Amino acid sequence: MVMEATRLRDLGFLFGKCSSRIFKDALAVASQGLPSFPNLKISSHRGPPALWISEEEINSLAIPFEFSLIMAVEITQVLLNAQSVDASARKYAEESLNQFQDQNLPSFFLALSGELANNDKPVDSRKLAGLILKNTLDAKEQHRKNDLIQRWLSLDMFVKAQVKGCLLQTLSSPVSDARSTASQVIAKVAGIELPHKQWPELISTLLSNIQQQQSHVKQATLETLGYLCEEVSPDFVDQDQVNKILTAVVQGMNASEVNNDVRLSATRALYNALGFAQANFSNDMERDYLMRVVCEATLTPELKIRQAAFECLVAISSSYYDKLGSYMQDIFIITAKAVKEDEEPVALQAIEFWSSICDEEIDILDEYGSDFSADSDTPCFYFIRQALPALVPMLLDTLLKQEEDQDLDEGAWNIAMAGGTCLGLVARTVGDDIVPLVMPFIEENISKPDWRQREAATYAFGSILEGPSPEKLTPTINVALNFMLTALINDPNNHVKDTTAWTVGRIFEFMHGPTVEIPVRTILSVLLQCMKDVPNVAEKACGALYFLARGCEVVGSASPLSPLFADIIQALLSVTHREDAGESRLRTAAYETLNEVVRCATDETTPIVMQLVPVIMVELHRTLEAQKLTSDEREKQNELQGLLCGCLQVIIQKLGSAEPTKYTFLQYTDQMMDLFLRVFACRNATVHEEAMLAIGALAYAAGHNFLKYMQGFYPYLEMGLQNFEEYQVCAITVGVVGDLCRALDDKILPFCDGIMTHLLKDLSSNQLHRSVKPPIFSCFGDIALAIGENFEKYLIYAMPMLQSAAELSTLVAEADDEMIEYTNQLRNGILEAHSGILQGFKNSPKTQLLMPYASNILQFLDSLYNEKDMDDIVMKAAVGVLGDLADTLGANAGPLISQSVSSKDFLEECLASDEHLIKESAQWAKFAVSRAISG
Amino acid sequence: MAPHELRRPFKRPAISDQQRRRDLALIRQTQQRSDSQNRARRLASSLFDLPSHSFPDACQADFPDNVDVGYAIALEQSPELEASSPTVRHLDFVQASKLKGSAARHWFARQLMLTEWMIDVPPNLDRDWYVFARPAGKRCFVVSSNGSTVSRLRNGSVLHHFPSSLPNGARTKEISAPSHVYCILDCIFHEPDQTYYVIDMVCWRGYSLYDCSAEFRFFWLNSKLSETGACNPPSTYHRYRFSVVPIYDCNRIGLHKAYTGGFAFVKDGLLFYNRHAHYQTGNTPLALVWKDELCSQYVLDTDSEGHVPAEQQVVLELQDDGKLTTSDDPPILFGCLEKEIIQKSSFQAGNFLRFSVIDECVRIVDGKLELGDLKFVGKANRARAFADSYSKVFFQYTARHSPLQFQDLIASLDPNLDENSESNDMEMID
Repeated sequence: MVMEATRLRDLGFLFGKCSSRIFKDALAVASQGLPSFPNLKISSHRGPPALWISEEEINSLAIPFEFSLIMAVEITQVLLNAQSVDASARKYAEESLNQFQDQNLPSFFLALSGELANNDKPVDSRKLAGLILKNTLDAKEQHRKNDLIQRWLSLDMFVKAQVKGCLLQTLSSPVSDARSTASQVIAKVAGIELPHKQWPELISTLLSNIQQQQSHVKQATLETLGYLCEEVSPDFVDQDQVNKILTAVVQGMNASEVNNDVRLSATRALYNALGFAQANFSNDMERDYLMRVVCEATLTPELKIRQAAFECLVAISSSYYDKLGSYMQDIFIITAKAVKEDEEPVALQAIEFWSSICDEEIDILDEYGSDFSADSDTPCFYFIRQALPALVPMLLDTLLKQEEDQDLDEGAWNIAMAGGTCLGLVARTVGDDIVPLVMPFIEENISKPDWRQREAATYAFGSILEGPSPEKLTPTINVALNFMLTALINDPNNHVKDTTAWTVGRIFEFMHGPTVEIPVRTILSVLLQCMKDVPNVAEKACGALYFLARGCEVVGSASPLSPLFADIIQALLSVTHREDAGESRLRTAAYETLNEVVRCATDETTPIVMQLVPVIMVELHRTLEAQKLTSDEREKQNELQGLLCGCLQVIIQKLGSAEPTKYTFLQYTDQMMDLFLRVFACRNATVHEEAMLAIGALAYAAGHNFLKYMQGFYPYLEMGLQNFEEYQVCAITVGVVGDLCRALDDKILPFCDGIMTHLLKDLSSNQLHRSVKPPIFSCFGDIALAIGENFEKYLIYAMPMLQSAAELSTLVAEADDEMIEYTNQLRNGILEAHSGILQGFKNSPKTQLLMPYASNILQFLDSLYNEKDMDDIVMKAAVGVLGDLADTLGANAGPLISQSVSSKDFLEECLASDEHLIKESAQWAKFAVSRAISG
Repeated sequence: MAPHELRRPFKRPAISDQQRRRDLALIRQTQQRSDSQNRARRLASSLFDLPSHSFPDACQADFPDNVDVGYAIALEQSPELEASSPTVRHLDFVQASKLKGSAARHWFARQLMLTEWMIDVPPNLDRDWYVFARPAGKRCFVVSSNGSTVSRLRNGSVLHHFPSSLPNGARTKEISAPSHVYCILDCIFHEPDQTYYVIDMVCWRGYSLYDCSAEFRFFWLNSKLSETGACNPPSTYHRYRFSVVPIYDCNRIGLHKAYTGGFAFVKDGLLFYNRHAHYQTGNTPLALVWKDELCSQYVLDTDSEGHVPAEQQVVLELQDDGKLTTSDDPPILFGCLEKEIIQKSSFQAGNFLRFSVIDECVRIVDGKLELGDLKFVGKANRARAFADSYSKVFFQYTARHSPLQFQDLIASLDPNLDENSESNDMEMID
């Protein structure tokens, strides 16, 4: 029996605040409507008269109360048990909490906020109470988040008021963990309520808290303001309140504030509040003041405050790049001092400031490059160029501060790494100008006995390879490459070899084949030898080979890799078999390089790729045979299966796409499908994705012959289409349905009922990531094209979906770039669906079934034309649909077509397009339209 | 609030190979979807239908490299694949373009659509047909691929090897393109102005137009050719100019324009194309040629010295059993050589032999031409790849006796259809 919220009006009861009363009364209130209320007896046995209830009766009466009663009394214990080291106690506690939440949400909220607010409770139960509250208000997945928001909003006003009261009360608690947790929960509630114009008094309440003299309250309130600014969009806080918040925050940051905790919280709060300060940053005086406070804070004795202040500077550099001009000189001095003298966490932020400025300028210059217009959003102030003569030496100095063995630590991040990364960004920002500033450093250090100097010089060179023009670098590169190939073999230091191999890879990444004078054979023999070095060096050598191969792919038919092709493959396979291939991502790098080498095989070398097929299949088979693995081993096994499936996928694509190799290759299809189906038995998303992609490529190569695998494969196809959680798998499965359609044509028909059902479910789900939806529409087109008029029975489902999606996609006003891009993807999907359906019905006696939809389709095209925000792909697809409609419906649709704008203005615009594919589709459409209209 | 994570990627390539695999798979799927769409729109298929007879065993030795041999062997070794997969019967055009010597000649000689001669006027001439003036010159295939352009005559031999502005027709930055981009045009090379007049488009940018109606092919030809700069005057990377021929609806006006109109080229008769017909290799009754003295200098066949012989001459192919046949499919029998004669001579099956027609022996039975006795003249020119077609022999015969005249063409038109067709031919020309 589920208890309803109304039965617990008397909230004080749960907190033990109200005076005691007769149990019978309580029960009488609580049990209204219960089918049978036991007739209670008075007993005076051994003492004063009392209600006499049997144990059985108590149990039955308490059912509706069960959790609330237990929780009210025992919530503290349950929360502590939920953190117990004893797994079964933990599990039981978690289950109790879940049941409590499910059965009585209001008391659940009240109990938890009460626990958090209660200074008599242990800190651990209070913290967890707050954490659970936070999680009942917010979730990562958008659909769940929406549910949680609605759930909170629909709670009883009284309950919400009481919860919020508890939260605000907690900000004054002497226990800092409780305060901090409460401030996060307050921000979550604010994130829900402020956009709905609820809790209007929150900000003023918080601001009045600040006026209090107690530092810990001030600190907690500033922290709350910080979280609040993170949760709430600036749109929902008016400027007056923003000003007050900023004033409070800046006051807290000020040197006159003696309490370091307050200053730190204020500084961190400013980081989040910066997004609210648009207006204030546009006002010279206010901006000067804000900047002064931030810069002063970078000089405080307290490390954490300096670090937080630099974080603010970094955030300002990206949010207010165009307002920084007059401060740059001071900022340079501050950052340079920090980089040189300060502790690492601060120095890292100081370097990050410059990296962030580079990011901004690279973006701006990119935009200039693509299409410069006078009203471009932000002008480039060339801060990096101006700072260059001082900035580069500062960064070069950092390169000499390497840590021993930093290459072996995946999570390492130190000043040398940050400095080199920043140097690379500077090179991308200024191009050629960096070269003369770095070359002397390289020449001076590259041959020094101290490994730090050799490594720094090499890292500097590797860092500046992207940005400067090839002409500027080519002369140096040939000399450098020679030097580095020697170092790869002879240098005694692993760190130097690691960086050298990485640099060689960068050379091939940015300078393709012809600029390099050294014969490929020489380079290859060094790299193959280097692949036998320690794992981190070998991994970089694989990376270098990856880019070398990729460069050769671009060059054309006669590949310089061909003479050593078999050796390369053999060397890469040996790397995958190394005992230590699990370290430094070595095995992954080897397989990825193998893939790239396969991709650039030529006619001459494809026979070697063919020999690779059984080898990889045996490897995959071996992973499937492994028994009794620990969970750690299983994870490694899964990773390996993913790599092997990925490799097979690349091979299938290579050999399956050329007629001469296809037929020999397809002899392996039986065994390969067998392996893939067994791989599906492993529940691991990455592996599924790789196997799915491989099957798609295989199906397309096999054509109608793939039919015999469908029975075995279909259950996994269904599974993939239902995988909402790992939406990448779902998206890829949708793509594979397209491959199957093209492979099987109308032989896919028996499976279409199931497939269409899942696709329609996917479309209507709000759990599925939206990016999967456009491909589903395209997939409708694939199916229709494959099964032709048999698509008839799906029309009544598919067409309304297409129709409403079409309406949605033309109603996007004021969208950001991301939304516009998504909208265009959606439109493209819808249009591809229409194309497929129309073409599928062509020459069928059932063509007239599509007539009722013709005017909607044309309206969609007209509205797309009127919106004027189509990209080229949508334009091509749209004009294609116009042609398909005319082609399939012919003279029947003639009058409708001639009335539409798309058949005139839009068609003309497409005919005049510079884009070849648009023009071609348009010419074809013109032909079809003129026949339909004249016919 | 904890400090914010600021670690940037270090010594890592920006793109993972896994993401690259996903991206490549998406690109492949998008491309294949687009191919399917184009096929549905009859705009595509870069594969050629390879008629089985065009790969006689004899020319396998001429295969240019291992790939093709390997391919042919793969075909032989997997008969079950051949049976189950229709695509095996296709030969990629790019591969065909690698053919050399007699294999190439053999292949290309059979790719042209060959007009029949108009013996009588087809019904619905004005409704279903186009007419245009045929430029005098050498009929040829022009193929642009891999950065060069090759023209081949009817017998498959190369006429010119040259750079052109056709897609992938020259090795310049603007024009060169991936190897699957190639074009095949059906042309007449007109000596006096050194121009290729394009009379049909077989393949454009790798899209086959074989299965498209003439209506669509002409439309496409007119839309596409001028885009490329192929109609521009010759230059370093464009040695010969290409030009289109005005095509008219075959009504009174169109017929008159084609027949009497002045053109940049010397006229050699009129061509009639059925607008619904696909491009069909070999002889077809859906594309016809007609000539009279007014619109052609070459109504009657000339001999090797350029004179019109007193008697009509025909070229026939000698079969194994001594039968003499035309180039039609199936061949039409016009006579027979006796075994003794064959043995005495050096003739072999497949030779083309020239005969004079003896007028007195010719008979027309139920509308069919029978030549009766023939007089042997000699072996035909070695360059010939075909015997005469039945329709040609018939046309030449009637031309000498009771020619089909322009008035007969006009008379066959439906007088009611004239008015509303003006607009259409404008569209085809612009």
